[in-house]
Amino acid sequence: MPDSSIHSWGLLPTVSHTHVIPLRDRRQTLPSIEGSMLPHGLGRSYGDSCLNEDGALLLTRGLDHWIDFDPETGLLQCEAGISLAEILELASPKGWFLPVTPGTRFVTVGGAIANDVHGKNHHRTGSFGRWVRDFELLRSDGSRRNCSRTENATWFRASIGGLGLTGLITRATLQLRPIVSPLIDVEQIRARNLSEFFALADESDSTHEYTVSWVDCLATGDAVGSGIFIRGNHSETPSDLTWKPRPTLPIPIHAPGWLLNKASVQAFNFLYGHKFSGDYHASQEHFLPFFYPLDSVNDWNRLYGKRGFYQHQCVVPREGRSGPIHDILSRIGNSGQASFLAVLKVFGDQPAEGLLSFPRPGVTLALDFPNRGQRTLDLMNELDEIVMSNGGSLYPAKDARMSGAHFKTFTPALDLFTPYIDPAFSSSFWRRVQENS
Amino acid sequence: MTQTTLILGATSAMAEHTARLLADDGDTLLLAARNPEALETLAADLSTRGAAAVKVLPAFDALAPDTFPELLTAAGSFDRVLIAYGNLPDQAACEADPKLAAKEIEVNLGSVIHLCTLIANHFVEQGHGTLAVITSVAGLRGRQSNYVYGSAKGGLNLFLQGLRNRLAPKNIRVLTLLPGFVDTPMTADIKKGPLFVPAAKAGECIHKALTKCKNDIVYVPFFWRYIMWIIRSIPECIFKKMKL
Repeated sequence: MPDSSIHSWGLLPTVSHTHVIPLRDRRQTLPSIEGSMLPHGLGRSYGDSCLNEDGALLLTRGLDHWIDFDPETGLLQCEAGISLAEILELASPKGWFLPVTPGTRFVTVGGAIANDVHGKNHHRTGSFGRWVRDFELLRSDGSRRNCSRTENATWFRASIGGLGLTGLITRATLQLRPIVSPLIDVEQIRARNLSEFFALADESDSTHEYTVSWVDCLATGDAVGSGIFIRGNHSETPSDLTWKPRPTLPIPIHAPGWLLNKASVQAFNFLYGHKFSGDYHASQEHFLPFFYPLDSVNDWNRLYGKRGFYQHQCVVPREGRSGPIHDILSRIGNSGQASFLAVLKVFGDQPAEGLLSFPRPGVTLALDFPNRGQRTLDLMNELDEIVMSNGGSLYPAKDARMSGAHFKTFTPALDLFTPYIDPAFSSSFWRRVQENS
Repeated sequence: MTQTTLILGATSAMAEHTARLLADDGDTLLLAARNPEALETLAADLSTRGAAAVKVLPAFDALAPDTFPELLTAAGSFDRVLIAYGNLPDQAACEADPKLAAKEIEVNLGSVIHLCTLIANHFVEQGHGTLAVITSVAGLRGRQSNYVYGSAKGGLNLFLQGLRNRLAPKNIRVLTLLPGFVDTPMTADIKKGPLFVPAAKAGECIHKALTKCKNDIVYVPFFWRYIMWIIRSIPECIFKKMKL
């Protein structure tokens, strides 16, 4: 029975799957079905990398058992369907924290590995894969491999950032990092333009573990790149580590498509940009609102309405040929197509672990665009050209529309990766970027 | 004070989610199931969550009642028992094969009566205890779609009622748990309607019934009390013509 109940975080594309199979026991072999399959965790990928149209999805959330946690060393072994939220609930009261966390804690460990996710501390820690000690890869032929830097090392590198295509990651061992307080010392500093942003990023590189910037995409001319630079460190003053997850606010229905328009985004940006007076604000925040401001609203993606939205996240060299970030931001500012959330961050120099990992030295810019049809696609294609001509790349986990030709250019290790794909595995994303090139 | 809970049918999704919350409380857990290998995954999980101790018991076979005393001896001492195993039979197959129907009654009712009798006597000797049994709202009214299962669960409801009556003066609690539709592997083939709740939610209800509330009969979740009140109020002359 075709099942169209599963969508990605951007709510597009709408596809149906032949089978949706919940997994519960990591010791079992993979189901034998006709057609292809793809692991699917919490579905927080924005585009089609977590979908497999006319194929099967293997729901991994049922693989949610802890295997071992050593509160002395912070070494955690768990099944791959465990979410980062669950890791925080287990480990943070014992003084351990995620070494790398994306902007939502509602992703699985398997998903975090398969997309080699990054966080606000990329300039110091690199991406998620660097903190993975080993994992088990289960293939459709029934074989199991323990993969690490010393054992099945190429399988390890192919599966980190491997978009779930190399087989099912059943369990993993992660190294957590110690904390003595759940609080983050936060500083927010106004940046008036892009050069102020870069100056702040440089200044904070060695002093702050977490840096990120919110950018007003409606700014044009001299103000391009204006926004708020946010930096933080884990508080070093010991305090009570226990906490309870707060109930989240549900968005039960899709908002009307017009809700997020230029005026409302302008209003939001104005309010966000003026959330503190003056140019500098220091505070202490719990790690939840600091890392996961949007997680307090369940299904916030529904605010974009039924038509869904696109994300566009690129990484480009800082100077590039043409000052690519300035170029992209001016292009958006002039287009009138407001991006609600625009996040800018300087990546560090640590080489990523995975063959297909997205993070690389440079600057990354993440943008949301409500789906307004062709003109939205046209704008993103223009942005792709800037990324392309500057030797940058796009993040597959956020993508629903990049061209196959672009993907091939963005992915120099593609030929090295391809032999490691499980013959029974595929995804809508993968077929798309293979076909239209 | 932390408690020791024996769970029979510990691999069932509802039992597993209940056990996780008991582990969070720091309880000791004794796990029994048909396939003890699958319990190793569970035991590691529950220990990591904070259970004081987790013990995997030898394989439990509901159709081998002679082995029950041995199993209870292997378990040692315990304050609570949660009986969570059961089988949802294929109703049509049971209609065609009376032997199959009788076997399903043995799994879902006969074996449970056997166990409850042993456990009740153990609790009487010990002077305290809580016996919690997962039955089903299907046992509250016979319906053509699953009356073999329903009759086993209905019989079980009555048995537990009587046992409660017997044990109430002896400081022993008998808890009847009545789940409605729960999204578990047992119901994998049933189309999921709005009344289905995730196994984790059912686990929360059962954990609360075990540790906090004092009720004897608990619906999982609560709204099934009202649904079943309505279903039970339909006169038989009308009900017999309905397709439920």
